[in-house]
Amino acid sequence: MKAWGSSTSSVVQVLRDRFPEIDFAPGALRPDEAGPAAQIGVRVPADRLVEVMRFLRDDPRTRFEQLVDLTCVDYLNFPGARDRYGVIYSLLSITWNHRLWVKCFVNDPDPCVPSVCGVWKGAEWPEREVYDMFGIRFEGHPDLRRILTWEGFDAHPLRKDYPVTGRGERERFARVTRETA
Amino acid sequence: MTATHTRPGMQLVPEGPGGERWILNYGPQHPATHTVFRMVLELDGERIVSSVTHVGYLHSGFEKLGEVLDYDQYVVIVDRMNYVSPIANGIAWHTACERLFGIEPTPRCKAIRTICAELARIQDHLLNVGVAGLDLGGFTAFLYGFNAREAIYDLFEQLSGSRFHTSYTRVGGVSMDMPDGWPANVKRFLRELPRALDDVEALLTKNRIFIERTRGIGYLSPEDAVAWGVTGPVARASGVRRDLRKDEPYLCYADNWDGRGSPAVDFKVPVSRLGDVYARYLIRLEEMRQSAHIIEQLIDNIPPGPVDVTDEKLPLPDKREVFFSIEGLIHHFERIMTNRGFRPPVGEAYGANETANGELGYYVVSDGGRCPYRARTRPPSFFQYQVFDRIVVGHQISDIPPILNSLNIIAAELDR
Repeated sequence: MKAWGSSTSSVVQVLRDRFPEIDFAPGALRPDEAGPAAQIGVRVPADRLVEVMRFLRDDPRTRFEQLVDLTCVDYLNFPGARDRYGVIYSLLSITWNHRLWVKCFVNDPDPCVPSVCGVWKGAEWPEREVYDMFGIRFEGHPDLRRILTWEGFDAHPLRKDYPVTGRGERERFARVTRETA
Repeated sequence: MTATHTRPGMQLVPEGPGGERWILNYGPQHPATHTVFRMVLELDGERIVSSVTHVGYLHSGFEKLGEVLDYDQYVVIVDRMNYVSPIANGIAWHTACERLFGIEPTPRCKAIRTICAELARIQDHLLNVGVAGLDLGGFTAFLYGFNAREAIYDLFEQLSGSRFHTSYTRVGGVSMDMPDGWPANVKRFLRELPRALDDVEALLTKNRIFIERTRGIGYLSPEDAVAWGVTGPVARASGVRRDLRKDEPYLCYADNWDGRGSPAVDFKVPVSRLGDVYARYLIRLEEMRQSAHIIEQLIDNIPPGPVDVTDEKLPLPDKREVFFSIEGLIHHFERIMTNRGFRPPVGEAYGANETANGELGYYVVSDGGRCPYRARTRPPSFFQYQVFDRIVVGHQISDIPPILNSLNIIAAELDR
């Protein structure tokens, strides 16, 4: 099971050989981590995303059969960040028992990445969740609706510029203090 | 009902007079769904033609709260995700945090956490297996399961002070060491557990009604299980051989976990090819016996020594130190003050545990501050519930509760 290909660095090499024109910028998720146990992330531009993902799923040397997680981070004011939204795909190969994190960075005003529902069926709900929470549009998604908040909600609560106390309902009521009660 | 409540292509009205199809709204408040789920069913008589599930009724912004609570405080929130086995959430959360901080828990902490994780697995499966009977009208199996769960609540109370939401783990350790005599109580529980399991099994496993209501119901193929992101017992019941405890070993599931060459704990991972509700029931029963076997190996061999990491000032000091020494008090204040606290490296980390429901992972992003920059939960329920719309087609309305229970959807974890 853990014979050839169990290290993620060989996956990066396979990717570079197949797509020499893309700068994957591979690196450990935690920069100070090194060695075979490090969790490796690569960057993929949005316009090549589906092509690269399909290759990662189907190539016998990579075989990422499962999309373990799909999420997003709003890098607003993050130290050293150049792009605002990073859509993060956690891939897992059950055959080779290795993992890879693929990051796709997009920006305002219309953050949009292609949907990977055609590659992994399980991307359907996580993409809806990211759409709901961050307002990132997934081009080609079969059913892109809000999933956790109600359909009339007009904000994206996990964006960094959305306050923790919320916006809307609560503001319409006067704040009752000991003096005004 | 507006168009937003259906999927594209779903018929809302019967095709003209005499059409047999009808739409039924099921939930969100329905006694058979256990928590708040809602599905819009298109029915042909009582047969389900298609289903659209709606989630989010329990959405409470947990991940947003994770960005304003520090790495220790957030354990209180993750406890409330999968509330059937709360302690397992905390262990998974701190696995991810420790991966980010780059620290390794002490052997004693690893052993205690492993025992707790396995107790949580038993706790979760006992409810699930009991409810498998309850959903089909067999109330007694549920009582046997819940009776044994009570003993686990007692054990967690002795350990952490709370029966339900334990909030037991901390970065680099646990909130307090186990009390004297706790291993003996665990052993007493392990002696009583097989009887409860045998009682449940005697009622259900060879019960003709139970078998006919569960065999072939809610079939999920291994290819679909992988493609939809299904993990844990549900995937293993479909024939996917994957268990993080074996494939990416952590805690005491890894060899040399105590640094003195101890082998990994011995256990087997049950896998079935049936892929239906009955297989998921059998897998969970067997996993409980394996979990009990794991605890038996560890309970007499909990290594002595400190339970928290000592070389860094990461964990909160022991309460006795805080109350009776000036150094402990200073250390405590340094850690809890909002302008001091944690100093994690800038970076990201993913940590995952094999919990009763499947792969529970946390993707933690740190900007070097006191609180996580982003605390993403990878909830197994969320991925498992996606397949519900597909595997329920062709079955009857009365098959919904057993299918729902066999996927073990916990709404608080699903919606966060």
